[in-house]
Amino acid sequence: MTAEREHLRIGFIPLADAASLFVAVDKGFAAQEGLDVELVQEVSWSNVRDKLNIGMFDAAHLLAPVAVASSLGVGHVKTPIVAPYNLAMNGNAITVSPTLHAAMNARLDGDALDPLATARALARVVADRKAAQAEPLTFGMTFPFSGHNYQLRYWMAAGGVDPDEDVRLVVLPPPYMVGSLAQGHVDGFCVGAPWNSVAVDLGVGHILHFSVELFSRCAEKSLAMRESFALEHPNVVAALLRALHRAARFIGEADPHEIAALLARPDRVGVGADVILRTLQGRLKIAPDGATRENARYLLLGQEGAERPDPTQAAWLYAQMARWGQAPVSTALLDAAKAVFRPDLFDAALPATTRSGDAIGAFCGPKFDERDLDAYLAAFPIRRAP
Amino acid sequence: MKIVIVDESPVRAAILEDGLREAGFTNVERIGEMRSLLARIYAIDPDVILIDLENPSRDILEQMFQVSRAVRRPVAMFVDQSDAASIQASVDAGVSAYIVDGLKKERIKSILDLCVSRFNAFSRLQDELARAKSEIEERKTIDRAKGLLMKAKNLSEEDAYRLMRSTAMREKKKIFEIAQAIITASELFK
Repeated sequence: MTAEREHLRIGFIPLADAASLFVAVDKGFAAQEGLDVELVQEVSWSNVRDKLNIGMFDAAHLLAPVAVASSLGVGHVKTPIVAPYNLAMNGNAITVSPTLHAAMNARLDGDALDPLATARALARVVADRKAAQAEPLTFGMTFPFSGHNYQLRYWMAAGGVDPDEDVRLVVLPPPYMVGSLAQGHVDGFCVGAPWNSVAVDLGVGHILHFSVELFSRCAEKSLAMRESFALEHPNVVAALLRALHRAARFIGEADPHEIAALLARPDRVGVGADVILRTLQGRLKIAPDGATRENARYLLLGQEGAERPDPTQAAWLYAQMARWGQAPVSTALLDAAKAVFRPDLFDAALPATTRSGDAIGAFCGPKFDERDLDAYLAAFPIRRAP
Repeated sequence: MKIVIVDESPVRAAILEDGLREAGFTNVERIGEMRSLLARIYAIDPDVILIDLENPSRDILEQMFQVSRAVRRPVAMFVDQSDAASIQASVDAGVSAYIVDGLKKERIKSILDLCVSRFNAFSRLQDELARAKSEIEERKTIDRAKGLLMKAKNLSEEDAYRLMRSTAMREKKKIFEIAQAIITASELFK
């Protein structure tokens, strides 16, 4: 084993779901573990991934599917990454423009809170537009390998919309999301906090669904590191995990106003504390008229064992890549994907936690079964050919 | 060979473009407007895309290689996974290159090396500019403090400067800091 070290460079994107990292540093939990953590703000997920992969970062706040894709060598040069800690589960939402919202409402047959009903309404709007020879609807998401992409696709396809044929899906950096909606470049998007709320506050968007209403447990952001780094620095990894765990617990117990103020700092998330507060409390304004919706599970940071990586969720993320033609279907890749999430490293640092119930909890469709991936994928009428 | 430069800084893009032209790469286009990024790239159909790392639109490019059937897939990003030193130098300098199918590795290496030296030259230029600006600011502050001293203590210009300098030496501070203190104090006494 090589010498352990205490100084760590960790990359992040300014988002509320990096909260545990911010709190671990700003409240001194990392320092108490003997770690000198330097948090480096980045502008794109590509940058975070590349700087992690080439060793300029020791660890990173990373989209969970990017950790998986990097390890499989999908979409980029292959670098084995491990994710020993889940920084966040859930936390995204689907927002549409007032125009699309009205069109969908006019074609809604059922409960607006039911994702299947809204997906079918979207399919009718898409068909109407096709009949009228109008331009296809355009939706924004944050990265090809992201919960946002998979959530949007799963929801649309459930209603009969083919995300690659019937609409346009485009990548937009989160800070450009709201402006693009306001200017009509996109008709809707799926993004994390605080951008959905910002769109609603500006009167340019309606939140249709929280991502937790589509999937009850979806690994969103991982603490990711190179496999070689984790192997060479087991004590540093354990110390970092303990610091993050204490931070997550602190977030759960402290005054949410204090946490929101800390996250609002320009060198952290850099948006208004009131907007962050809503995210932390899972109480979001969903429409410009001020209507709100509440879900205590909107964003899971430390609650319900959300911190412990679950290989089934990594397998599910890989299944989404396979469904949409980003990766071939193979048991070798499935096993490699599962090996990215490392509950063993988590358990070595922290008392084991257990979860109960479905690991994914999709609002419709087949129950996820990693042991028979072919049958799971075949159950979807809309998918890319393998 | 077609090269696209994606950079919101027109100065840096120009420096890069000139360098590439000098090196014999004449088919170079710049994209500064991010809104039409994908459409422009589809239209140009480049062999190499160079993008500065501070541009959030890098994620948009990643999608292009993922979902588009119109653009050929990139064989590599940077030069090669094994060439760690080149990758590091390129990221340090702030540039990322996407290489689209069918190009010889050696040619890419020369483009990337050129980008790295040009990006570094640009940041040196920025530093020098910032330093020159701050020197002008310092000079202005010192002149103002000198004026205040001349008026308050009825000193000649030379004596006023000498007083500031000896005070700075005694206090182990820069003349600029003493000048700032004089200006602050004079505002308090107003």
